[in-house]
Amino acid sequence: MNDTVGIVIVSHSKDIAKGTADMVRQMVGNEVKVAFCGGNPDGGLGTSVPSIIAAINDAWSAKGVAILVDLGGAETNSEMAVEMLEPVRRDLVVVCNAPIVEGAVMAATEAAGGSSLAQVRAVAEELSAD
Amino acid sequence: MSLQPETFKSLVKVAAEQVISSAPELTSLDQAIGDGDHGINMKRGFEAVLGKLDTISAQPLDEALMMIGKTLVMTVGGASGPLYGGFFLAAGEALSHDKHLPDDLADVFGSGVNAVSARGRSQAGEKTMLDVLVPVLETLKTAAGQPDLIERVRTTAAEAVERTAPMQATKGRASFLGPRSVGHVDPGARSSCVLVQAVCARLEEQK
Repeated sequence: MNDTVGIVIVSHSKDIAKGTADMVRQMVGNEVKVAFCGGNPDGGLGTSVPSIIAAINDAWSAKGVAILVDLGGAETNSEMAVEMLEPVRRDLVVVCNAPIVEGAVMAATEAAGGSSLAQVRAVAEELSAD
Repeated sequence: MSLQPETFKSLVKVAAEQVISSAPELTSLDQAIGDGDHGINMKRGFEAVLGKLDTISAQPLDEALMMIGKTLVMTVGGASGPLYGGFFLAAGEALSHDKHLPDDLADVFGSGVNAVSARGRSQAGEKTMLDVLVPVLETLKTAAGQPDLIERVRTTAAEAVERTAPMQATKGRASFLGPRSVGHVDPGARSSCVLVQAVCARLEEQK
């Protein structure tokens, strides 16, 4: 399991994050580590840097972690969370520019085949290409 | 304008209190053109800063600013966390590298503004907090050392925030509204104005 890129799903809504993670697991079962978080530090809609850091650590893999986000604050807070990781992990985490549900499912499917972090990211980001 | 530890503590306190008491206004502005959480997010963040104020103000100034930044990053829960948090982290970082207050105020403030711009991938003119922070930085540069610096900064911030009303948002949640974002003051610009004016008001009281 440690040979596959981990997937982190960050939504403003915990329900969306969990639902997305459910759809990912339906595709890849336990072949890929998947972690999710949603909601601000008080549990309302929003995102939380400490929760994102915890999710990255939960989904940690030596091959790295790909993060899928929904709207602006999820992206900004995810980028901040990555910068706050210990330096050795920082370069092994990417925030993908991709739709959260489709991106997470495609990224995880790619990861399950043993692809590199760059390949996983590219597959997710193709969804946002013109 | 000297910056003694007790002055710094009182500046942080008054700025945090002003943001907290402005939360309903910030929320209402954000309900018009955003997701309506700016007030509550800023309140959560600055309440956390107030809760640590004794610890924060016991640090050297650079570390104190970085502690404020990290606290905001970890508690705000919206994009304003990394934006405001990043401002204070970068300002503290600048102070730790051979910059000193009050002489280097514009440089230190400028480091914060650059961090906001980089994190938000945004420039002035996009109906964001930068539309207050950038004009304030310009005034800090052009009026540096002038006796009326504080008053000019206050005026700059007050005028700048009003200028966001006719702008069309091209960044953040408000950009989804396109032309319908016109006619509303930007909530992030307002919160920046609240912070700047709170600091100016306290400094003027102490003159």
